[in-house]
Amino acid sequence: MAKEASAPSLTAAQVAHVARLARLELDPASIERFRPQLAAVLGNIAKLDSVDLAGAEPMAHPFESHNRLADDVPVEGLPIEAILMNAPAVEGRFLAVPKVLAEES
Amino acid sequence: MTLPGGHADLTALRDAIASGTARAEEACAATFAGIKAHGAALNAYHETFEEDALARARAVDADRAAGKPLPPLAGVTIAVKDNICTVRGHTTCSSRMLGNYRSPFDATAVERLERAGAVVVGKTNLDEFAMGSSGEHCRWGRVANPWDTGRVPGGSSAGSAAAVAAGLCAAAIGSDTGGSIRQPAAFCGIVGLKPTYGRISRWGLVAFGSSLDQIGPMTRSVRDAALLLDCMSGTDDRDSTVADRPPTSLAACVERPLDGLRVGMPRQYMSDANDPEVNEAVAACADAYRAMGATIVDVDLPLTDVGISTYYVIAPAEASSNLARYDGIRYGHRAAMRPGDDLAALYARSRAEGFGPEVQRRIMLGTYMLSSGYYDAFYKRALQARRRIKEEFDRAFAACDVLLGPTAPTPAFAFGANDDPLAMYMCDVYTVNTNIAGICGLSLPAGFASRGGKALPIGVQLQANAFEEERLLRAARMLERAMAPRTSANAPAVHA
Repeated sequence: MAKEASAPSLTAAQVAHVARLARLELDPASIERFRPQLAAVLGNIAKLDSVDLAGAEPMAHPFESHNRLADDVPVEGLPIEAILMNAPAVEGRFLAVPKVLAEES
Repeated sequence: MTLPGGHADLTALRDAIASGTARAEEACAATFAGIKAHGAALNAYHETFEEDALARARAVDADRAAGKPLPPLAGVTIAVKDNICTVRGHTTCSSRMLGNYRSPFDATAVERLERAGAVVVGKTNLDEFAMGSSGEHCRWGRVANPWDTGRVPGGSSAGSAAAVAAGLCAAAIGSDTGGSIRQPAAFCGIVGLKPTYGRISRWGLVAFGSSLDQIGPMTRSVRDAALLLDCMSGTDDRDSTVADRPPTSLAACVERPLDGLRVGMPRQYMSDANDPEVNEAVAACADAYRAMGATIVDVDLPLTDVGISTYYVIAPAEASSNLARYDGIRYGHRAAMRPGDDLAALYARSRAEGFGPEVQRRIMLGTYMLSSGYYDAFYKRALQARRRIKEEFDRAFAACDVLLGPTAPTPAFAFGANDDPLAMYMCDVYTVNTNIAGICGLSLPAGFASRGGKALPIGVQLQANAFEEERLLRAARMLERAMAPRTSANAPAVHA
């Protein structure tokens, strides 16, 4: 269970790119902290190279699942108050969010 | 060591309440006295519901006095891991992100336990969003091990394990994505069952790795685990991945030993890297099975240590997708607005503030591995390895009924001992493959290791093929009975 020797190098720019994709605002110090940790884990994943995967059907789920359809019967949804009780900001019966569209010039 | 009132386990307490030799209210009050006395030392609970629990317990006593038939869990106290939704109190996942979150609904598992008469005493701390193997990554402070408060209880169901071990509830429920029920059960000297994927509805379990997650019981005995599984299992219209099978009824048969049991011992599980006392405990269990007439079968599982590599692709990939919903808009932590913020900036700052480092690390890993150009190299190959691991188990279970091995390579470690994330991930080497293959596994106490004059529990794991919980629990009960002289030799330092 030793650490893989061949941990791939990961650049700060790559980590910053992934943080952007993951929608995480990270400062340069956090990126530097994550960089070797992520590289070590990715290096360990290289163990998959030792497995003969030829012809192995990818298995996304433990069991072959079939779509289970519910009867087409209306059911009560949650009341609006139950939804809004956890909202960080509301205006009346709506969730308040920052402006989505830029002002027209 | 018993529950307050001298009851050995939940089943004994339930029987005493049903027969009138114990009162539910008294048992419940004793539980809260224990929580008040030891809660601070362990930090097992984030929130408790004393008034409400006492009222429910009183109602059970009243029902009994009125001669009404009592449901199977009438009046017993249950703790719920705080990533399982309850209308009562909060559901925080031990994260700042959900620090104030109140669920508008109960998880199916909780609903069924309460319908069976259980009294929910509180919500237990976990590694944030169930990501961790030590109980140290909790927004509300680390959880301590009742056997040695300088050591971790294991994780991620840290508070549930500590609470059960210390007698601060009759039993608890946790969730297991890669060992999060079984490893803390091993570290705290209790029984932890990860049922087959789909055995219990995941409705109301906050999603981490949707193809791996499963709710399960954490208990003082194998029969308690059987009883709680019976009460929680079964199909549910609100979870499309739950198995279309009736609830189990294993409490009735768990005492019956299995004839002709074949116990497989994978040679990869007895690694030299394990603590020697762990390997000794596993060998003692094999001897006990032999003495009971079981056959020990040598099994080869060469993909055992490929499991960690596979798991740390699939679980972060699913987590990065599941946790994308936390954007600070509809619920959860929202960062303060700054001039010029657009939605994307608000999402990114809310998530950076709301998630702790381990959760961020896993989101980053998953995002990287699912990103354009890396998907085939990581995610697809991990899913192919998953197929191979499943095939390997299928071959093993053609030759044996259950697999025996350690739950974790070591007993509970000291706080801070596994600060390196990869070293922490390696704690899960014997548990992740159960989830990868979707089969069932259980950890039960098998003996002790000695560290600095303190006894630390050692857990052994049994695994059985999908939906073979009856075999798993009956085999576990045989072992529990045989190992009792060893496992009853010590008691936790902190106990109600």
